[in-house]
Amino acid sequence: MKDLFKRRETSLFVIILILAAAVGFRAHDFVTPGNFLFIFKDSSILFVVSIGQFLVILTGGIDLSVASIMGFTGMSVALLDKVNPNMPLVVIILAAMAIGFVLGSFNGLLVSALNIPPIIATLGTLSIYRGFVIVLSGGTWVSADQMAAPFRDFPQASFLGLSNMICIAIVVFAVFAVFLHLTRKGRDIYGIGGNMLASQYVGIDVKKTNFMVFALSGILSGLAGYLWVAFYASAANDSAAGLELQTVAACVVGGVSILGGYGTIAGVLLGSIFIGVVKNALSMIRISPFWQVAIQGFVILLAIVLNTVLDRRAQASMLKRRVL
Amino acid sequence: MTGQKSGTETSARAGTSRDGASRTRAHSLRNLATQWEMLLVYLLVAVFLVNSFISPYFLNAPNLLDSTFNFMEKAIMALPMMLVIICGDIDISVASNLALTSVFMGMASAAGAHTPVLILVGLVVGSALGWFNGMLITRFAIPSIAVTIGTLSLYRGIASVILGDGAYTVYPRSFAYFGQGYIPGTHVPFELVLFAVLAAGTGFLLHKTSFGRRVYAIGNNQTTTRFSGVNVDRYRLIAFTLNGLAAGIASILLTSRVGSTRPNIATGWELDVITTVVLGGVAITGGRGKIWGVALGVFLLGFLQFGMGLVNIPGQVMNIADGFILIIAIMAPELIRRGRAKASLSARRAAKAP
Amino acid sequence: MEEPLLRLNGISKRFPGIRALDNVSLSVHSGEVHALIGENGAGKSTLVKILSGVLPPSEGEIYLEGRRVAFRSPHESQLVGISAIHQEATMFPELSVTENIFMGHHLTKRGFIGWGSMEKRTRELLASLDIGIDPRSKVKTLSFAERQMVEIAKALSINTKIVIMDEPTSALTLREVEHLYKIVRQLVADGKAVIFISHKFEEIYEIADSYTVLRDGAWVGEGQVKTSTVDQIVRLMVGRSLDQMYEKTEVAPGPVALKVDHLTRNGVFKDISFELRQGEILGFFGLVGAGRSEVMRVLFGIDRADGGEISIGGTKVAIRNPAEAMRQGIALVPEDRQLQGAILAMNIRENMTLPIISNLAKHRILRREAENEIAERYGSMLQVKSAGWEAPVNSLSGGNQQKVVIAKWLATNPRVLVLDEPTKGIDVGTKATVHKFISELAARKIAVILVSSELPEILGMSDSVIVMHEGRITARISRAEASPEKVMLAATAATAGHGGERSPL
Repeated sequence: MKDLFKRRETSLFVIILILAAAVGFRAHDFVTPGNFLFIFKDSSILFVVSIGQFLVILTGGIDLSVASIMGFTGMSVALLDKVNPNMPLVVIILAAMAIGFVLGSFNGLLVSALNIPPIIATLGTLSIYRGFVIVLSGGTWVSADQMAAPFRDFPQASFLGLSNMICIAIVVFAVFAVFLHLTRKGRDIYGIGGNMLASQYVGIDVKKTNFMVFALSGILSGLAGYLWVAFYASAANDSAAGLELQTVAACVVGGVSILGGYGTIAGVLLGSIFIGVVKNALSMIRISPFWQVAIQGFVILLAIVLNTVLDRRAQASMLKRRVL
Repeated sequence: MTGQKSGTETSARAGTSRDGASRTRAHSLRNLATQWEMLLVYLLVAVFLVNSFISPYFLNAPNLLDSTFNFMEKAIMALPMMLVIICGDIDISVASNLALTSVFMGMASAAGAHTPVLILVGLVVGSALGWFNGMLITRFAIPSIAVTIGTLSLYRGIASVILGDGAYTVYPRSFAYFGQGYIPGTHVPFELVLFAVLAAGTGFLLHKTSFGRRVYAIGNNQTTTRFSGVNVDRYRLIAFTLNGLAAGIASILLTSRVGSTRPNIATGWELDVITTVVLGGVAITGGRGKIWGVALGVFLLGFLQFGMGLVNIPGQVMNIADGFILIIAIMAPELIRRGRAKASLSARRAAKAP
Repeated sequence: MEEPLLRLNGISKRFPGIRALDNVSLSVHSGEVHALIGENGAGKSTLVKILSGVLPPSEGEIYLEGRRVAFRSPHESQLVGISAIHQEATMFPELSVTENIFMGHHLTKRGFIGWGSMEKRTRELLASLDIGIDPRSKVKTLSFAERQMVEIAKALSINTKIVIMDEPTSALTLREVEHLYKIVRQLVADGKAVIFISHKFEEIYEIADSYTVLRDGAWVGEGQVKTSTVDQIVRLMVGRSLDQMYEKTEVAPGPVALKVDHLTRNGVFKDISFELRQGEILGFFGLVGAGRSEVMRVLFGIDRADGGEISIGGTKVAIRNPAEAMRQGIALVPEDRQLQGAILAMNIRENMTLPIISNLAKHRILRREAENEIAERYGSMLQVKSAGWEAPVNSLSGGNQQKVVIAKWLATNPRVLVLDEPTKGIDVGTKATVHKFISELAARKIAVILVSSELPEILGMSDSVIVMHEGRITARISRAEASPEKVMLAATAATAGHGGERSPL
């Protein structure tokens, strides 16, 4: 019980509740089931991409290209759907994930085979992939009426009474919770983020694992890319631009160490919801949406500083307890 | 070298032969470093040829000088970014810094400030934002990537909060000189001259002063440098503050050149600035890099982009080329180094072995 | 004679310019503890690295149960049954004890990790070793000794046949050492073999059955512990007597140069007081983790003291950073040459002038002649062997790198020179040069602190010896009274009888 209160996830959850209550006090529309459903739907896209970012950060890297991958896959599948309106949705979604996989793999190659620091490699591909979007679209966009009904309606539809978006978030959560907690490959990710040398000593293939996290990040970004264009019913050249920073925010707010090796999937979920709540709250209490980027930057800094300070304090008290 | 017994005579003689050896050694080392710069020169010549093939007016002197307007702001930002990267850090918030600084100048101008005040606002705000990065990084010992990802978002965010969907478009007439003017009586842009002066200053600082020596030392081994009595964090803080100052200067130039402050000002410029530095042969891991390389990188990337503009390649597609140039520029020395490393690896292992 | 469990045949390891191991052979049988003996730098660690797959041998073969084996990675050596308890940090601090034991070979059932069975197995392993640690606690919360126990449990979890322990007792309390011995005996009783690396004799006689001695990278002898005397082993190990090795000039000590009063850093060391005179060499001895280097770090302003006073030449000083320490005339040749001492990628001249670069510069502008002069003066004084002062430090041998670091600090013209493990990992020839040089410095009235883990070095060089244990000074012994037994006893705090108080085991 005591442990539960000490955990960052718990305190973050409490902070979200307080925030929601405070906003609800000012704007009664905020605390309606409809609005919460919207927040969850909206956050589920962020959550899906953030899981990819989370995997990369766990290894000690970062993936700045996630939003560009989303933009490119979103545009690709929107065009695909525009040209073949009868293509089954499953194929579309699989195509999105496959395209994401290819782009993510390229990042993975740069980092693992060529030893390029992740920040530099993905800063480069952030531009490259975004440039591809324009090349692909010729500078135009795909609007709602050019999309086939199943393509466009999927995010609004529900499965067994639960919104499809939330279903997808739940599936992603479940799959990656199992992956990270119950498979060797998942534990390897924690291993190389925690101690690279030791991981090599026990036979973990560091290069392969590095490649894998970027490829997975690409697949998840691909999936999210489809969800984005379908949810907002438009595929623009700047779809999801800037979202990479929100994914970093979701992770660090969720207690993921920016140095790698530490973090939980529940933390990332709460981090994503936190960002979603803030975004929604701004519009509810009629604060200009322009605040969102500033708040996000502030939250990233605050979370990183707090994570660092708390961690260091814990270490210092441990040291004192040990000797003398 | 033969065994050195003792006594001054032996060591004096050894000294001479050492000098000879050191000369050849230093020579080959210099060769190694200049290879990259020579490559940049060849590439620059190639870009010139292609550009003048595309446009017969390209090599016309006034046109050529005017074309530098397009990249001098980025060039100036690349100079202290070089310091930051040699220190082993990185700052991806520079473009957001530029935007926020421009917004402050816009506010000042809207409040009726004259040109000298605007300049002062630009320099102070830019430096302060850079200092804030450095302060967070050194005070809390947080990686610079993490901090500047945060301020990238924070600075741009504050700028857009202030701007909303508006823009500042009224600046004093005399303010236009900095980004649009020429040195009186010539056709040389002020921006170009300013860059040349600042580049010379940066080169002097890095290569000729004790400050520069310590910066290289920090980038190569922070711990040893700290153990050698250098206040490492102060140097890093200075590097980040200078980086902010340069963003402020660039903000003055750009705002003056386009005559307005709009929300999307300089978006994505951090990529160009970092690409320039890396293309100039500065090791992304810190500790290595020369001003000549970065200067060549500035003109190579600048004229390349100008050339792409000549054939009407849209800006965002140009980014594809930028991204690839960044990755290739990082990859190439790494691959070359791998080849060479094989030779020296064994030497280093010997040093490590007990 | 039965085939030994492990047999090394003619193992050599060459690095450019250095023969780290030369034709070493070794046999270990199951059910025995085999001591690998040698001074620092004798090649023990290189041999361990080869056995555990970190380095490949240049020549020679390894046979396990009569079959020839070769490993390309530590993992491969573990797979065939050799586990090394490394001195380096090879743990995952943020992860649980269970996971540290099973990282890389998690138990799975139909592809999924079985946490329950892993935890159960961990409990069994820990219980069998009589270690009272919660399998769920994070490794970062464990003490050094507990981490070592976890490493042993980890070796057992993969059914290892041979456990290599590299100076495992160097940072343990007496009680922890007793526990470790118990575990080692249990391992050999189970038919495993233990290779125990040490240079402490009481330990070897306590625990080992057979031994192999290395000196300067070469095999010099082997035998059964029972039938060998300490003298025999020492002669093999050292190959020469103590006084031959250490040329020490007698110096009449001058006035007090440095006085330290009740210096304390919370949780690290406490109540450190001593005086150091000009021309005196003061030895600091202790086991790894005793707090010697930490005291020196505070003296040099790298860490802050929480209490106590430091006086230089009779005046109280506050040393807040290394620059301040340098102004007070203190210089520190740090423990880790490559990480703290030298900048490997920069050249000799730049390394030597780094601490004094602003003095050499005029109006902050570098003056090359002044730099060359410093490099020439101190480089030749220490007889640095190199291709010139413009050669990068990583092109030098370890010994010459260390000379560059010492030269770098001499160039600051110190009154007090602190040398932290100055001869760690350098060859015997260079070692002698360094010792001779230290002695000369003292003769030039420089006050010297010599921190070393090598007992012969401490005894051979020091005018008096301060011994530390668990952050406190446990003895001050003059040169005349110093004997290996006395010093070692104080270092393990055997007399004090409170050795194990912090151990939760």
